[in-house]
Amino acid sequence: MIHSLFLINHSGDIFLEKHWKSVISHSVCDYFFEAKEKAVDPEDVPPVLQTPHHYLITVHRGKLFFLSVVQTEVPPLFVIEFLHRVADTFQDYFGECSESVIKDNVVTVYELLEEMLDNGFPLATESNVLKELIRPPTILRSVVNTLTGSSNVGDTLPTGQLSTIPWRRADVKYTNNEAYFDVIEEIDAILDKSGTTVFAEIQGVIEASVRLTGMPDLTLSFMNPRLLDDVSFHPCVRFKRWESERTLSFIPPDGNFTLMNYHVSSQNPVAIPVYVKQSISFFESGPCGRLDITIGPKQTMGKTVEALMVKIHMPKAVLSANLTATQGNYTYDLPNKVLVWDIGKLNPQKLPNLKGILSLQAGAPKPEDNPSLNIDLRIQQVAISGLKVSRLEMFGEKYKPFKGVKYVTKAGKFQFKCAALYEPFLLSFWTILFFYFTTF
Amino acid sequence: TTDNQNHPPIFELKAELNSDKKEKKKEAVKKVIASMTVGKDVSALFPDVVNCMQTDNLELKKLVYLYLMNYAKSQPDMAIMAVNTFVKDCEDPNPLIRALAVRTMGCIRVDKITEYLCEPLRKCLKDEDPYVRKTAAVCVAKLHDINAQLVEDQGFLDTLKDLISDSNPMVVANAVAALSEIAESHPNSNLLDLNPQTINKLLTALNECTEWGQIFILDCLANYTPRDDRESQSICERVTPRLSHANSAVVLSAVKVLMKFMEMLPKDLDYYGTLLKKLAPPLVTLLSAEPELQYVALRNINLIVQRRPEILKHEMKVFFVKYNDPIYVKLEKLDIMIRLASQANIAQVLAELKEYATEVDVDFVRKAVRAIGRCAIKVEQSAERCVSTLLDLIQTKVNYVVQEAIVVIKDIFRKYPNKYESVIATLCENLDSLDEPEARAAMIWIVGEYAERIDNADELLESFLEGFHDESTQVQLQLLTAIVKLFLKKPTETQELVQQVLSLATQDSDNPDLRDRGYIYWRLLSTDPVAAKEVVLAEKPLISEETDLIEPTLLEELICHIGTLASVYHKPPSAFVEGSRGVQHKRIPGNLGSGESVESPDNGSAAGVTEAPPAVIPSQGDLLGDLLNLDLTPPTTTGPPPISSGMQMGAMDLLGGGLDSLVGLRHNTERSFRSPSPPDYSPTEVGPGGHMGAGFGAPPAVMPASFNAPVSVGLDDLFDLGGGVGMPMGAFNPPKTVWLPAMKAKGLEISGTFVRRAGVIQMEMNLTNKAMSVMTDFAIQFNRNSFGLASAGPLQILTPLSPNQSIEAALPLSTVGPVMKMEPLNNLQVAVKNNIDVFYFSCQYPISMLFVEDGKMERQVFLATWKDIPNDNESQFQIKDCHLNSDAASNKLQSSNIFTIAKRTVEGQDMLYQSMKLTNGIWVLAELRVQAGNPNYTTILKSKQRITSLIIIHTVSERPFCTNWNLICYIL
Repeated sequence: MIHSLFLINHSGDIFLEKHWKSVISHSVCDYFFEAKEKAVDPEDVPPVLQTPHHYLITVHRGKLFFLSVVQTEVPPLFVIEFLHRVADTFQDYFGECSESVIKDNVVTVYELLEEMLDNGFPLATESNVLKELIRPPTILRSVVNTLTGSSNVGDTLPTGQLSTIPWRRADVKYTNNEAYFDVIEEIDAILDKSGTTVFAEIQGVIEASVRLTGMPDLTLSFMNPRLLDDVSFHPCVRFKRWESERTLSFIPPDGNFTLMNYHVSSQNPVAIPVYVKQSISFFESGPCGRLDITIGPKQTMGKTVEALMVKIHMPKAVLSANLTATQGNYTYDLPNKVLVWDIGKLNPQKLPNLKGILSLQAGAPKPEDNPSLNIDLRIQQVAISGLKVSRLEMFGEKYKPFKGVKYVTKAGKFQFKCAALYEPFLLSFWTILFFYFTTF
Repeated sequence: TTDNQNHPPIFELKAELNSDKKEKKKEAVKKVIASMTVGKDVSALFPDVVNCMQTDNLELKKLVYLYLMNYAKSQPDMAIMAVNTFVKDCEDPNPLIRALAVRTMGCIRVDKITEYLCEPLRKCLKDEDPYVRKTAAVCVAKLHDINAQLVEDQGFLDTLKDLISDSNPMVVANAVAALSEIAESHPNSNLLDLNPQTINKLLTALNECTEWGQIFILDCLANYTPRDDRESQSICERVTPRLSHANSAVVLSAVKVLMKFMEMLPKDLDYYGTLLKKLAPPLVTLLSAEPELQYVALRNINLIVQRRPEILKHEMKVFFVKYNDPIYVKLEKLDIMIRLASQANIAQVLAELKEYATEVDVDFVRKAVRAIGRCAIKVEQSAERCVSTLLDLIQTKVNYVVQEAIVVIKDIFRKYPNKYESVIATLCENLDSLDEPEARAAMIWIVGEYAERIDNADELLESFLEGFHDESTQVQLQLLTAIVKLFLKKPTETQELVQQVLSLATQDSDNPDLRDRGYIYWRLLSTDPVAAKEVVLAEKPLISEETDLIEPTLLEELICHIGTLASVYHKPPSAFVEGSRGVQHKRIPGNLGSGESVESPDNGSAAGVTEAPPAVIPSQGDLLGDLLNLDLTPPTTTGPPPISSGMQMGAMDLLGGGLDSLVGLRHNTERSFRSPSPPDYSPTEVGPGGHMGAGFGAPPAVMPASFNAPVSVGLDDLFDLGGGVGMPMGAFNPPKTVWLPAMKAKGLEISGTFVRRAGVIQMEMNLTNKAMSVMTDFAIQFNRNSFGLASAGPLQILTPLSPNQSIEAALPLSTVGPVMKMEPLNNLQVAVKNNIDVFYFSCQYPISMLFVEDGKMERQVFLATWKDIPNDNESQFQIKDCHLNSDAASNKLQSSNIFTIAKRTVEGQDMLYQSMKLTNGIWVLAELRVQAGNPNYTTILKSKQRITSLIIIHTVSERPFCTNWNLICYIL
């Protein structure tokens, strides 16, 4: 099982290590550093590395690497899932998962790691259980602790540890009982130059925030559950009920949790909320090119597209961009060759447009790689797949809770392919002249 | 100063730890822990911290335990002080404290403490509280890791087995996890003997335990073999709901169980189809997770689509690469896209691949171009479009794109000969821009293969020849072959060229492969051009998509290991997992009808052997003898070989007297082996009657001087009975040579050798300190190597090495380390560390070290195997100046684990048939011919690996074989 854990920052310092069996020298990380040297970006370091005596399984979260050492045959997914769980727990406890926060809370971090794994076997990984064992640091509580001398480690057996519902603690009490659900959908899509969908799918998630007294038993049903053919549930969901009735029946964990993930597959038609009219061209001679992009609404289900942003990864030779935007601002990040155009709200009456001149490195060969155009957007109050919750019922408790469902659609990996055109210089002469006059 | 606030000095901490105030004590322990975590040595506070242990404050107790676990190893005597508190805590009324005590005790890896652990552990395993029981279950695994014998003696394994039937699912899951871990180091212990009752218990616990417990249980279930298809189906039905779990590791373990058990279901069963449909969505969902998870998922999907392509055949699009995927995800997706490519979706796939080929990342672009080539080979209907896409890409003139395109076009030619040769002209235009060996080699192959259609083929090839010695081996080999092809096709214009390349290859090169190939061509051309044409221009087998597929038996095994490291590396676990000496090969059970019994695979193969016709060695040997005669005695036919065509006429003229010169060559070669001849041996003097036409002679028979230089370690020594070094087994033992000169290692000199003693390979070293200061802290590590050699223990140098002192060290080696093919094969790269620095050197071990004691093959098996091995895998060479008779030689060889299976005598020549087995299970068969009165032996070696790989033994000319075998394993 998991032998050791090393936390490593981007500059390659090991700033925390924890061993659940014998101590392994941190020189084992050298193999990782070697791989990191080779990778272009930190994200590109392979997650599983073989060394003469160990395996290194790494996840990259925020700006940190969580590197675990295993010595025997262990399912790598098991390790990766666990490492992400560790990062989630830090996030949950300290509000963020960064080197400084971990260093500031190093003793709590150690206590957590000790509770999460025993001899390399996961012990307590549910947020509810952990919080009963080790209370998260809050400014208020440390004041109270010093005043009363009480400890921030629970000294009773965590109730969830052994019940058949390990995710919920007992004796939950609230004065305001509330249950909120966010249906969040992300569109992953690749569209080709002509705007035809090459591939599109929807990744959906229902995030719950449930603060209910006692042992509530909830049932969530949908208007159109048939959309959901590929789902994965939080362990609290009764799978049999889902199979027979297509409703979600569960006793919820206390607090925030992910109730389910779903995936509307590429075989169902996916609504694409915006279209992009784009032309990027480079002149056969002369170190410049032209860019002209317009965005308009397509299938938005009658809602407004907000927080619209376009990111274009430019070919290496592009040095700067001299553009005019009818709406929003643009920036060109030279080291990374990324053009970002922050548009904001999409007004269907006045479509945003960005156009102008790109200047290229003089003497550089014409760009080999095609630019790629990524879109970020948000549409409130709608799940683009059409999924709708019909009702939420509560059993087992007598009080009336506040209930609410919110929908939001976002762009996930939403990508338009561009093809840079090459035009003879003469044809573009007038265009340049035009820009010359408009700019001055 | 901030550092001082966070990590105050020891004396301050000591005072605070001994404070009367509880709160102050706790804060002090916290500070100690904080210092400990940043690597400060706070071990001096051991007694003070342990004094804080007896407390009713749980947090303080836990902090002290954290400290104890960290320092007990370095302060074992102090740690004993804590034992009483532990034992007392194990009786505490609070189950949390009982569990915590037993858990912590198991983490203190000190022998004296583990003795005290047994009684509390025994009680905790039977505790009334399941939380304590489940903690105790894991503790058994910990204890086993520290002292396996103790665990067995105390009967803990049986108690652990009983816990599988525990009423609490978490206890069951932990018991399974602990047993699985223990079983890994105890392969034959049968710890987890699964029967329908235990399976039922596991399935019940599966529904109720935590996500991690589910993984342990599913992995354990995957080892079970159901009795019939009905049981198989019912297990599948109960496992299927796990496919919807949010934890991807649970999903993948469930996929493993289903993939394995569905093999047993009849294909016409409705449920079989249902199951296939259910497998696709969870696999697709795994691809929307974090990139690290995606990577592992993709490696496994790669196996799944090879075994059951129907599951994901409609899901091609999810494997399309996204711009911001990490490179390791992109490359895996590309691989799967090709596996899923079919006539139905090829247009889409090609359009995508073309896009990828214009991306930024060079590795990815290269692989995309290769992928286009693989599509052409896989989907015949698409070949034409692929070729035109590749031509478009070549037009981009992007250097690495062009090179990759040429490499794959070569493969397309091999798959569809005489179809796309019209593109050759375009390819030739790019000749100058090729700077990568693989692309150059591919282009040269194309020119040689289609020489008759390329007008200036000779010019093209000649241009490569100029820098022949700067080219890499593959280009040199390809150039040699291409020019020979060209010569056979256009003999009149190219004789100078071919002569030039042959002499470059044979005379000026140190590369044995190149030289061997050069000699072979030379001999072929000078003896029998007709045969040369048949051999060199023979029709080549078409290549197919299958070359990319994992070999079926390996695939079957890997399917049983879905979700494991083996599945990520696509290697069987036995190939790389440390300490898994006894990893059992898992197999997919066959499709069983109810009540049918599984036929053991072992029975099957045994039957196959006994059914083989019982041949006797002599009849077999006759054939072998005939084969040998070709080389050993002059050919019986005299006069020129038959002339069949005009073209050969031309060739014959050039090669005039070819046969004779071959004879001459033979004599000459033999002579040169006996005694080193001066290198200025003139080719014109070669052999009786050897006259050269057009200056085209037999290959120069004189070897470079280094060849004849006596090699001190080798088979010669093996035969040399008087060879000074005394050794218990009489086994071959080369003398020590200097591996690491003092100059290169800051004064440390290492000389050494390898010895095999009583079945153990040892590296014997002399370490000499030639520096001015004392050397300490020695450690040694090996790089991955061809036979998985790894140190079986630490380097035992306990005393510091003072200046001018020398010390002997023997390091036992195991052969279970990670494997990587080395060049040369017996090369070992070693890193030695001391207090001064880390030093690297490489040395070569005699292959004979790897011959295992049980290398004696059954006579019958030997016969069958000998026959089975194709002639390609055979090589022959001579051993010079050996004055033993065959029996003495046989005895001598036996002490090096080369076993004589049979012997026969033909015309005064003794033939010994021998077998040896390498540590990695590869068998090598040999025939040794000993002629009375002739000090030169002839040996023929043959080998094939029996399970998955083929081994070709290739001897490097005539050097003694034990040191200089060039074993080249081509893992198929």
